[in-house]
Amino acid sequence: MAPAKVLGTETEYGITVRNQAEFNPVLASSTLINSYRGGRARIQWSFDEESPGRDARGFGYEDAMPLELETGLVNVVLTNGARLYVDHAHPEYSTPECADPLEAALYDKAGEVIMAQAVAAARAIMGETERMFVHKNNSDGKGNSYGAHENYLVARSVPFGEIVRHFTGFLATRQAMTGAGKIGTENGRPTVDFQITQRADFFEEEVGLETTLKRPIINTRDEPHADSSKYRRLHVIVGDATRSEPQTFLKLGTASLILSALEDGALPEPLLLADPVRTVWQVSHDLSLATPFELDDGRTMTALEAQWQYLEWAKKYLNASDLDEVYGRVLYLWEEVLTDLETDPMLLADRLDWVAKHRLLLGYRDRDGLEWNDPKLRLLDLQYHDVDPARGLYDRLVASGRMQRLFSDEQVARASTRPPERTRAYFRGECVARFGDALVAANWDSLVFDTGEDALKRVPMMEPLRGTKEMVGDLLDTCDTPAALMQALGGRDG
Amino acid sequence: MAEQERKQTTGRESEAETEAVETDVAVSDQAEEITERIDDLLDEIDSVLEENAEEFVKNYVQKGGE
Repeated sequence: MAPAKVLGTETEYGITVRNQAEFNPVLASSTLINSYRGGRARIQWSFDEESPGRDARGFGYEDAMPLELETGLVNVVLTNGARLYVDHAHPEYSTPECADPLEAALYDKAGEVIMAQAVAAARAIMGETERMFVHKNNSDGKGNSYGAHENYLVARSVPFGEIVRHFTGFLATRQAMTGAGKIGTENGRPTVDFQITQRADFFEEEVGLETTLKRPIINTRDEPHADSSKYRRLHVIVGDATRSEPQTFLKLGTASLILSALEDGALPEPLLLADPVRTVWQVSHDLSLATPFELDDGRTMTALEAQWQYLEWAKKYLNASDLDEVYGRVLYLWEEVLTDLETDPMLLADRLDWVAKHRLLLGYRDRDGLEWNDPKLRLLDLQYHDVDPARGLYDRLVASGRMQRLFSDEQVARASTRPPERTRAYFRGECVARFGDALVAANWDSLVFDTGEDALKRVPMMEPLRGTKEMVGDLLDTCDTPAALMQALGGRDG
Repeated sequence: MAEQERKQTTGRESEAETEAVETDVAVSDQAEEITERIDDLLDEIDSVLEENAEEFVKNYVQKGGE
């Protein structure tokens, strides 16, 4: 039986400052995050439990990768259970652990609102002519990419090789539904005017540990942030950051379902790609969605045909399982999107970022007679992702009723300050809100408190589905101080 | 809102098939409508586009991340 698909996203945002002579992205990112005034605790992110060099294939390096200690400088844990910090030269938002893909899409969206609030606050303290911009995108159009990662809790008992065999074909072909779109190509791929995803050009390996160069379709980082005898955290790096709410839900929901089906042995045969790396960029470059790619056994298939196959398997799986009703919504949306992609992708201009953006660009080309390399089109491509609601083109589409939504502004605002209630993120978020001053370090799977006694107190949280509102809500309500909380927790397990 | 509420129902096989048939009828009209509305949209976007596109785009250089 597949474990509950606890999941979350990590998004590195693009950042720039206009009219700043010596723009430094690390400083700008620090300024941005320090400016955020929402509920937060500024604490050390403890790395003692993290091992980014551990490899799911069973080998790894312990010393080859320097600990990212600089990120400890600007690193906040939010009352919604999320982590907001500087990663390399980007501001990054990691959602709290969510109990289902709809909740994860909501907390992913909350990250945009948090970034937008931080930008507004940062602008207020910057020079008059300097203007900061933050984009939820994945490429600068000049060969530099930054990540949008998804994390899924999967059973340790599933051999990693099975994940590679079954999941690679799914990831390569889901791009038709999950791309955010961009003008042109990067990283030496064949030229196209416009392609479906921001990220596909950057994938060069089938399987591997890297995330910054020679990016692999299946990432082997084995860092479960949970009981490693029971779980893996599958770290999916081949995806775009999406702004459309239905699209983010679809991206996370379909992957969750396919992984659960895989764990329960409900995927009959893997669709093995003859050349996975090539297929990834070819699918992204193919706006017709009709160009077949080769399978290992010599058959050919299109991305949509592959996705119909995965949908059929997912339907059968769900019908035979007792998974939450939210996965029924995933199937419904999945079928709707595949049907529309097959009929006319333009029908999805209100649900998929790449289509919404493509429509805008085609409109400008027609009206103003612009070439694809015109800076104005490049600007449109970029500004689609601007998180400032007054300027982001996605937000303008939403404001004029042209993008479908799943969440109300009130739901998103609440998710930016309140944690999910059905995972351990509830305990983390509530502790930040109630006892933030006493928190000295945090990690996904532990919190460290200074209660004023000699020794610091560490609270392990190795089970993602413990520390929920149901399990600790009443207990938190009865504790006025961190010391009382430690005492109360002393007699029980998380 | 109606759209959202409709989606609350589960998409188990039989229901999903019924929906697909219903939406087919509306497809061509919907595509035309989308094209017609684009002009209004571009006018709106014009008013929020950053000035000096060339300079903005040229200076937009990010470090690789992840």
